[in-house]
Amino acid sequence: MTQLILFNVFNGLIIGAFYALMALGLSLILNLSGVINFAHGGFLAIGAYVAYTLMPHVGFWGALILAPLITGAIGLVVEPVLIRRMYGRDPLYSLLLTFGLAFILEDATRYVWGPETLPFSVPAWLTTPLSSEFFFLTGYRLLMVFVVVATVGALFAILRKTRVGIRIRAGTNDLETVSALGVNVRVLRTLNFAIGIYLAGLAGVLAAGMLGLQPTIGSTLIMPSFVAIIVGGLGSLPGTLLGGLLIGVASGVTTVFFPSATEAVMYIMMGLVLLIRPRGLLGEEGRLQ
Amino acid sequence: MNATLKEHWQNALVWALLLTMPYWMNAVGGYTELASRVVILGLAAMALNFLLGFTGVLSFGHAAYFGLGAYAAGMMIKYVYPSTPLAILTGLAVGAVAAMIVGALIIKRRGVYFAMVTIAFGQVFYFIAFRWNNVTGGDDGLTGWKRQAIDLGFTKLQILEHDKVYYYVVLAVFAAAVGIMAALIRSPFGRTLIAIRENERRARFLGIPVDRHIWISFVVSGSFAAVAGTLYALLQNFTDPRALRWDQSGNFVIMAVLGGMRSFWGPLIGAAIFVVLQDYVSSRTENWMSFIGMFFVLVVLFFPRGVLGILKRKGTA
Repeated sequence: MTQLILFNVFNGLIIGAFYALMALGLSLILNLSGVINFAHGGFLAIGAYVAYTLMPHVGFWGALILAPLITGAIGLVVEPVLIRRMYGRDPLYSLLLTFGLAFILEDATRYVWGPETLPFSVPAWLTTPLSSEFFFLTGYRLLMVFVVVATVGALFAILRKTRVGIRIRAGTNDLETVSALGVNVRVLRTLNFAIGIYLAGLAGVLAAGMLGLQPTIGSTLIMPSFVAIIVGGLGSLPGTLLGGLLIGVASGVTTVFFPSATEAVMYIMMGLVLLIRPRGLLGEEGRLQ
Repeated sequence: MNATLKEHWQNALVWALLLTMPYWMNAVGGYTELASRVVILGLAAMALNFLLGFTGVLSFGHAAYFGLGAYAAGMMIKYVYPSTPLAILTGLAVGAVAAMIVGALIIKRRGVYFAMVTIAFGQVFYFIAFRWNNVTGGDDGLTGWKRQAIDLGFTKLQILEHDKVYYYVVLAVFAAAVGIMAALIRSPFGRTLIAIRENERRARFLGIPVDRHIWISFVVSGSFAAVAGTLYALLQNFTDPRALRWDQSGNFVIMAVLGGMRSFWGPLIGAAIFVVLQDYVSSRTENWMSFIGMFFVLVVLFFPRGVLGILKRKGTA
């Protein structure tokens, strides 16, 4: 029993880390541009499928590095062409636009790669359990944790230490002032969007190794990221990270006792948070009401 | 022409078209079920627009209430008592209660935050319907029930056998719902909602309990969306979790925007365009999702005011 719970806590942490990775990208875009990117799941799927296509040529590790970069590059194009036009308008329109984009991306992946589940082969030594006692500890799972920790660490370091990162954080607080100080806000927002999409692409590659490849992979994974952001508190990146981990562990543990409530428990948590602490766990009052 | 007279003409035209729809629908390449679908989804979009267009609050999760209504109607007939009016009333009650609870949790949020929370809450019911196999039928949907003939005392409406009879039952429910919403909008309560839409801070300073007004508007909106859901389930004698999913919510919003959020009939026009287009595209190509997605993008980029918004602008220019 202890082993079973331990297994599911660990499993939940991995899933949660993964939700957090996706939610952090969403949060970045939402904080700086005020856009809820419904198409985030679509970009995740693109990342996963691009990795699948690249793998025969560059191997697993090459795909893990290249596919998110390519996805991010797509974000670099999509932002100026479509998303930028939504800034300053009612959030209704950006929601509808990214909603349509999500449809297009999902259908495009289905058109290009087919509707069937495709196998995503990770190196064999990564899939074998590390010890028979901890059968759930495969190398791949550890790799996921490592990649997420490294990426999140790098992201937070960039936001704290580099000029671009500091500008992004400043822009989150007061974009107008940042613009008045001579920062090119247009470029900043494009870059920020691309970073968010890069994270989606990375999440896609990692998810593919665990869940296999399906065109609907994005739309099934996007809702938990929304919940993660709300639980953690809108406008707070550490909050998003915490929210992702919490709902991951909660649904992991629920799987043991009450498997059919695996998804519902996330929403119960969200309801509780909204009831007791409406701004979210680490959210600041008054921001992004 | 003065404004009220113009309004009367518009209303007369809409009702004339709706009342005769089953008779000309076939001539223009449609069928009676499609006509019913236009009216039902039109009701859902108008219910959403009560909140979106007349209160200025963006809900992106109305499929939850639509779907709850659908399941409530189906379960009533299947498990409890086979009566069509009872099924519709049950759906209304279930939708209203759900909207009251969810509304109370989210009412203090605004804008993007509100939209996001409604999206997330919309999914709760989807997962319940999806997971609770032995009651809801899970992914396969709720089957094994049919809409029942309505006994009026002097005559029986055979809505199961005759599509057209069911269409007019749908239209009657639609008329009642739309009539109540129109009366609400014209009442002091409705004017207050519009004041909140235009300037929430000012409304608050005037001493209007803004949150409570938005909550009531949310409940009204959710309840009528649920009524539309019951009619939809009864139309198909079936419902499945897709009625509750987030893409359905998006469809309602695009219908409202496409027709024109600021006008009363706009969402109905949007629903008509959307339903016919979806029917046509999905019968022609497997990649209908791309077309619908493209349609969303084009509407946002080029028709953000909707059909009626454009007509109105031309009229005043």
